[in-house]
Amino acid sequence: MTAAAPDSDPAAPVARLEGVGLRYGQTAALDEVTLQLPAGRMVGLIGPDGVGKSSLLSLLAGARVIQQGRIEVLGGDMGDARHRARICPRIAYMPQGLGRNLYQTLSVAENLDFFGRLFGHGPAERTRRIDALLAATGMSPFRDRPAAKLSGGMKQKLGLCCALIHDPDLLILDEPTTGVDPLSRRQFWDLIERIRRDRPAMSVIVATAYMEEAARFDWLVAMDGGRVLATGSPAELLERTGAEDLDAAFIALMPDSESRGHRAVAIPPRAPDGHEIAIEASHLTMRFGDFAAVDDVSFRIEKGEIFGFLGSNGCGKTTTMKMLTGLLEPSEGTARLFGAEIDPRDMEVRRRVGFMSQSFSLYSELTVRQNLELHARLFGMEPAAIRDRATRMIDRFGLQGVADDLPEALPLGIRQRLSLAVAMIHGPEILILDEPTSGVDPVARDDFWAILGELSRQDGVTIFVSTHFMNEAELCDRISLMHAGRVLVSDTAEAIMRAKDAATLDDAFVAYLQDAIGDEPVPAPLTDAPETAAPAGGWFSLRRMFSYSRLESLQLRRDPIRLTLALIGSLILMFVIGYGINMDVEDLSFAALDRDQTTTSRDYVLDIAGSRYFTEAPPLTGYDDMDARMRDGTLSLAIEIPPGFARDVARGAEVEIGAWIDGANPTRAETVLGYVQGMHGDWIARKARELHGDAALRGDFDLVTRFRYNPDVKSIVAMSPAVIPLLLLLIPAVLTTLSVVREKELGSIVNFYVTPVTRLEFLLGKQLPYVALAMLNFALLTALAIFAFRVPFTGSLTAFALAALLYVGATTAMGLLVSSFMRSQVAALFATVLVTMIPGAQYSGLLDPVSSLQGAGRAIGEIYPTTWFIIASRGAFSKGLGFQDFGTVYLALAAATPVILGLSVLLLRKQAK
Amino acid sequence: MRLRNIWHLGVKELRGLWRDPAMLLLIVYAFSLSIYTESKAMPESLSNAAIAIVDEDRSMLSGRIVSAFTPPYFGAPRMITTSQMDRRMDEGLDTFALDIPPDFERDVLAGRNPAIQLNVDATRMTQAFTGSGYVQQIVTAEVAEFVAGHREDATPPVGLALRARYNPALEASWFGAVNSVIDAITMLSIILTGAALIREKEHGTVEHLLVMPVSAAEIMLSKIWSMGLVVLLASGFAITVVVQMALQVPIAGSVPLFVAAAALMLFATTSMGIFLATLAGTMPQFALLLMLVLLPLQVLSGGMTPRESMPEMIQAIMSLAPNTHFVILSQGVLFRGAGLDVVWPQFLALLATGGAMFWLALRQFRRFLG
Repeated sequence: MTAAAPDSDPAAPVARLEGVGLRYGQTAALDEVTLQLPAGRMVGLIGPDGVGKSSLLSLLAGARVIQQGRIEVLGGDMGDARHRARICPRIAYMPQGLGRNLYQTLSVAENLDFFGRLFGHGPAERTRRIDALLAATGMSPFRDRPAAKLSGGMKQKLGLCCALIHDPDLLILDEPTTGVDPLSRRQFWDLIERIRRDRPAMSVIVATAYMEEAARFDWLVAMDGGRVLATGSPAELLERTGAEDLDAAFIALMPDSESRGHRAVAIPPRAPDGHEIAIEASHLTMRFGDFAAVDDVSFRIEKGEIFGFLGSNGCGKTTTMKMLTGLLEPSEGTARLFGAEIDPRDMEVRRRVGFMSQSFSLYSELTVRQNLELHARLFGMEPAAIRDRATRMIDRFGLQGVADDLPEALPLGIRQRLSLAVAMIHGPEILILDEPTSGVDPVARDDFWAILGELSRQDGVTIFVSTHFMNEAELCDRISLMHAGRVLVSDTAEAIMRAKDAATLDDAFVAYLQDAIGDEPVPAPLTDAPETAAPAGGWFSLRRMFSYSRLESLQLRRDPIRLTLALIGSLILMFVIGYGINMDVEDLSFAALDRDQTTTSRDYVLDIAGSRYFTEAPPLTGYDDMDARMRDGTLSLAIEIPPGFARDVARGAEVEIGAWIDGANPTRAETVLGYVQGMHGDWIARKARELHGDAALRGDFDLVTRFRYNPDVKSIVAMSPAVIPLLLLLIPAVLTTLSVVREKELGSIVNFYVTPVTRLEFLLGKQLPYVALAMLNFALLTALAIFAFRVPFTGSLTAFALAALLYVGATTAMGLLVSSFMRSQVAALFATVLVTMIPGAQYSGLLDPVSSLQGAGRAIGEIYPTTWFIIASRGAFSKGLGFQDFGTVYLALAAATPVILGLSVLLLRKQAK
Repeated sequence: MRLRNIWHLGVKELRGLWRDPAMLLLIVYAFSLSIYTESKAMPESLSNAAIAIVDEDRSMLSGRIVSAFTPPYFGAPRMITTSQMDRRMDEGLDTFALDIPPDFERDVLAGRNPAIQLNVDATRMTQAFTGSGYVQQIVTAEVAEFVAGHREDATPPVGLALRARYNPALEASWFGAVNSVIDAITMLSIILTGAALIREKEHGTVEHLLVMPVSAAEIMLSKIWSMGLVVLLASGFAITVVVQMALQVPIAGSVPLFVAAAALMLFATTSMGIFLATLAGTMPQFALLLMLVLLPLQVLSGGMTPRESMPEMIQAIMSLAPNTHFVILSQGVLFRGAGLDVVWPQFLALLATGGAMFWLALRQFRRFLG
């Protein structure tokens, strides 16, 4: 095959592990794993969830840091960053979870295009590969559909296409078929089969929880509790254990302590007839917009019946369950529990129903016992009975010994039992279980079903359960198959198999699905790629960088709310703040305590009252009055004129006027102080002139004050140019931070871990669209200041724009810096607001010049980019400055971006920890 | 609605926060170091102002004037030439430039009323006014003293005894410190409730609550009391330990009264956080909404610049925001020593805005869950 590396020796293993260990906190995920995986084969990792399969695969893909031991993949040490960089173009990794590494708002073709660019393919090459892959997987009709709107099976096919776009030599698939309907599962494996026929040198490593799939693989690794139980071909494993199928073989391979006492589940038949109807759905329909998630679904479930619900993810199972629990109100049709229509507002209904959702029903921050007790309390059980009830549930569901552990530390099987215990704590009559056993090992699954059988047959609990496992479906009294919002068939397992004349339930369902879907488009063979594999290495590739830029701008474009908020929002803010921050002090209230009551004293008061700064309030009656009115803040200034004031002035005797200023807001007080002093001085000068005539002029001078750059001393002229820098700091920084941390939280960051993209390419690529957005913002804000606020712009617009470009480079980089070490969006958001809003508004000269600040605030202010851009902005707006004046500003701003970005590159990890 | 549910769900929220070390660290930082640095950095309204002087007179009098500009109000004046003046102001190096003309001393003594020019960078509004007032005073005092030896005093001896109440030295950091506590309260309470709700939504964990016999109001109230309590404790700590002890700001009034008001304020802001979260679909949208709300709340509530000076429109709009009332109330209680008899209107206003916010949020939240 074309991409086969020259150094691959067919006999050499594709990967070799020696003493590999991995811990998450206290929990050991992998324990001394030593293993050789043969090349050119289909290798399966089997075992339940949480036994270390995913950890092992992510280590092999280089997505996770090796903690202990040594791993060689494709002939080199995976602990060596250079080797990883060299071989990552030859590995493809598809992580667990439906479409977890896909971008949900991007279309099928755009997702593929993104990966193609990451691996350095040119435009023509990308188009050719995308067309070929889509044709081969039968996805061509859906190339423009957003990934979020694909069914589970199609998402996985798309994930596979993305993985195959660069012709990997090693394909790593982590549970690719979990949550996918039986038909899509079959199609998926057929597809893999065909690809392997076309490219026989390719090695495939797959993790799966479905034993019937594993039977088709070449070579298996059975794992449990972070250790390898056995390796070998399926036939060898069967032979070694003497078991009939792999499920049984796996149970036999498990250490005695875990499988002892295991017996196959058998649920006794129900007593016939005479059952009341527990759940009744008639013509249930749920529409979201014009899309019908559930379309005219009807069924009746009798009390004590176990009713199974099958179908792919996104076919409407969960929506139906939500309507039955009153979580969703149906668009049409009715749902009844015990004959009474479900009212979402009726708390009593919730008390009769226990619900276990597929994603979550436990609080990870509470221990097992605390979880049980919290739920018991929420269901309003008698406080005295709660402890007892919790203990009984712990005993019944075999949770002794882990009662004080946190759920996250428990194996999935036990966690699921705990979820069931939680759902059962209040003794409900109906249990609704949404995929309770996905990812649980066969032993635990059988235990789980044994409990369900007991609940149904002994306690008469009605159970409505959805599952992907056929052997579980066979245990149900009746089964419904759902597809695209409709029920295809609803009957007992035997009746369904008989109707389709099928040997297994799986075959019967596939037949029903094929009827419903019609003919599959005939997949085209995967044509051989001409040798054009672009050089993927190099420390910097524009194409890879732009692939992230394109991704980010596409996502931004698909989120018009975010885009509008970013643009309109900053305009609104500018408007509000530009008008709102006002330094002019006017209309302050003052009152006088005039103990003289003469023309002279009234003249003094009138002088103050006549100014535009003060308005006179009713006169004061005494000190108590003054105290009271100053305390409640209605007076900013109180004046006391002593008795005999006029007489003393006329005589030239010493006399003093008292003035009290409200100092609670010092900024305002300072201004008041200045006004009062000024008016006092004016009054005295006037009096002196009246008394002495021109002789008083001796020693006089005029202080001519020129308020430069802003002759009318208007706040808006001073503030708008300083608000632009503030807004260009906050919004871009928050957007870039979230763009990275979001990928970390939602999982698509794995694409950065396992593809050849470097840290600098990743960060720069993410940054560019936001720089462009910020520049657009800059243009809008400047236009607003000039045209709406009428702030005169006197300098050079291009010189200002250049400063802005350098500045937004720095502010977007600041967001990236925060994102490089933050993991949760909430904390990252908070941190970004902290490190931008306070320095930007307080330390950068927005109100107080940096030269007047003290301590750490001043030190921050001196180097903070906003300080420099405020100087540039005020210079360009009010001071008529241009290129030749901005030397220092340019230097300071230009230095900021590389420094901040460099730090981010150093702090960002290229592997999960 | 049952109190027990609200209590138990709230305890769960607290346990969750306890397991998020990054968030805890940020909370501690926001209420201690951040406030401390911010108010330590805050200048007196005129402090270390940059002034340059062009002395074209080089007389005794001009020498006296130059040496009269001293810290703390002004930095040491830079002696420059007329030609340097414009460039230095353009670069933002000087806020004030005083130009003493030739023969100033002679003209003053001769009663020729000479002009002395003061250039002010009026884009620096905070200092422009107060600073020029000080310059005027300083020059007048020096000239008067200089002239005093040469003539009999003709000015009426009317003194002005100016006293600033509640903050005699007009130290900006007093009010600044309290104001940063208020900012931190707003910021944190909105983020803690709002962003946490978005996270639960993005991870699909909100839904689980709904299958239990718990009402939307109970879920909301549990978030409000638990996160409100965290912020309340943090702000109590900030007021007593950081503001009173570390920053040595004397508090005239009753801290418990302030804390009671803060509790009401938190009722409003945490509800606001939930309200914003229900409007936004994703975290980036929430972040933008947050900015859109947080910035005006901080800038226009009267904490940064006096409320009286804002346009009527903005005053009217801002009277709907809890922050405005809380800022007025804090000034009254903490500095003027006002009691409940004085600040009850603000208490009522906080209760009203909080109630309105809660009602709006609850309505949205129900829709958001359904």
